[in-house]
Amino acid sequence: MSAHVTFSQAHSEVLVVSLSGHWGKELDPVVQQELEQKLREIDGAIKLEPGNDFSWDSHFPVYLYSCMRNVKNQGCSLDLSAMPVAVRKLLQLANAVPPNTSAQSSEKRPFAPFAGTIKEAYGLLAFLGEMVFATLRLITGRSHMRGVDALTSLSQAGPKAIGIITLISILVGMILAYLGMIQLQQFGAEVYVANLVGLGMVREMGALMTAVIMAGRTGAAWAAELGAMKVNEEVDALTTMGIRPMDFLVMPRLLAMVIMMPLLCIYSFVLGIVGGAAVVLTMNMTPRMYISQLLTAFGPDDIAVGCFKGAVFGLLIVLAGCRSGMECGGSSAAVGQATTRAVVSAIVYIVMADAGMNLLFFHLGI
Amino acid sequence: MSVSSGEEAAIEVRDVNLQYGSRLIQRDLNFTVNRGDVFVIMGGSGCGKSTLLKHMIGLYEPAQGEIFYSGQSYTQADEQQRQTLRSRWGITFQSGALFSDMTLAQNVALPMQYAGVDRAEVDDRVAFKLALVGLAGFEKYYPSEISGGMCKRAGLARAIALDPEILFFDEPSAGLDPLSARRLDELILSLGESTGATVVMVTHELDSIFAIANNSIYLDATLKTWLDSGNPSWLKMHSRHEVVRSFLSRGEAVPDQANLDKGAPGGKEQGKYTTLSKGDSEE
Repeated sequence: MSAHVTFSQAHSEVLVVSLSGHWGKELDPVVQQELEQKLREIDGAIKLEPGNDFSWDSHFPVYLYSCMRNVKNQGCSLDLSAMPVAVRKLLQLANAVPPNTSAQSSEKRPFAPFAGTIKEAYGLLAFLGEMVFATLRLITGRSHMRGVDALTSLSQAGPKAIGIITLISILVGMILAYLGMIQLQQFGAEVYVANLVGLGMVREMGALMTAVIMAGRTGAAWAAELGAMKVNEEVDALTTMGIRPMDFLVMPRLLAMVIMMPLLCIYSFVLGIVGGAAVVLTMNMTPRMYISQLLTAFGPDDIAVGCFKGAVFGLLIVLAGCRSGMECGGSSAAVGQATTRAVVSAIVYIVMADAGMNLLFFHLGI
Repeated sequence: MSVSSGEEAAIEVRDVNLQYGSRLIQRDLNFTVNRGDVFVIMGGSGCGKSTLLKHMIGLYEPAQGEIFYSGQSYTQADEQQRQTLRSRWGITFQSGALFSDMTLAQNVALPMQYAGVDRAEVDDRVAFKLALVGLAGFEKYYPSEISGGMCKRAGLARAIALDPEILFFDEPSAGLDPLSARRLDELILSLGESTGATVVMVTHELDSIFAIANNSIYLDATLKTWLDSGNPSWLKMHSRHEVVRSFLSRGEAVPDQANLDKGAPGGKEQGKYTTLSKGDSEE
């Protein structure tokens, strides 16, 4: 039998609501509206009663709970004493603890994204400042860094990354060669492909591609490592032991990255040039021509620029990776977020820094 | 409020408010931990026990109030003084917080290396500390190769590496089977007794509380303050708050202590409870 509701006001102040039929899933909206309308109008006591053939399922207490909340907002009370014991018990349980009224901390404020950016920049600068202090402590010999940790980090940042850097560098060299070939053929200036590959790898692509690989490979791994240490309270343990986490955890990684990045960049230059050669030598160019063009293409200052960029990118990878690791929240999901954030922010920092440095070097004439 | 009440107090918490982010967790905390006490911070889940411990070990700054150690304020100390104070503490974290890329021996040796313990001495001391917690022969194992209970004990060995004056424990028996939990309690108690260290412990395990604590504080989550402090066995019978008596009686119905004052929580009478706590605090 479908749900049905009748109202009677036997005593002048109490409205008796009689529910008959089945009250549960797929409640007739007309009945629902009728009841809600009545409840909205009333401002005295209301008593619910089971009527003819009254039956209910688990949807009924849910509906009743929302009705009770509305009625309570109006300042009325709902008398359930005639309802089945199970319904009463469920609602008693639901109402046993008053709802939390304190405001949640993450309120939506105007300009929230803007404030977030400023906060982010502030946090970044603060972490950078701490890194500077830690570096000064390292130079003056007062650091808590352990040599063995620096060696481990060196191995993580260097030899273990060689394979993927080899592959990517050769391919980038080949890409540059093809790109140059298509454009320069139009002017019959194919010979300058060597210049493009050489200068392109040394000044730009070598450092950039190495940095992107290291950000994805090592930076992310470090963010996850530090994040897990944070979740596991290991960072707290260090602090309480009087060991500065900045010295103990971040400095070995910074040292490793700043040493390794220029070396990996040089390795990448060489392989990029080899990759370019593989393309160029199949197209009317002798090795002698390629090498002699290369020698005129770039000098030691270009190599220095490439290596310098590499070192700066290394610093930025550590900044992004270690910062998101150290500021990781307390849950396991936070470790994943920290890793993602490490890679994304590292790549953003790298490209921004690259653009800035190019501008600077152009105006300085380097 | 920077007066300290004499030699006996190892830790004094004065008018401290705890905040986590912008959320107030506890307010007006006032209690004293006497030297040699086994002090338990108890209360229901989410009442701020661990947060209080993190404030006491200097990981968080109290939003208000001060914490004193042997009469010296930690809150107002500079970094150098804090470092000195911290070097007298040993802390065991909930999970053990061992460094996963180090063996147990390296974990225990770490604080010694930074405290400038003689290199030749370190190995012997590490072996002894690991033996004390029943992990002799596990020096070369990594934390991932031993059980959770063993990790906790190894964490304890690391905490006592430098013979601390105060030992802090965050839920030492959480997640352990009753037997291991009991053994860990006994270990904590006998270490505390034999080294004379003050023990501060966060727990809600009643077995642990009655087995080892001689002083305690009860934090309430809804009122956001402490309700009572004193010896847990005494509180179980005589606390002026029914919720404390009920907590200590595993939630069973407790007789109403009608003759006891049910005054405002966090009142000023905490002195009369702390005096009942401990008889043998002199060393």
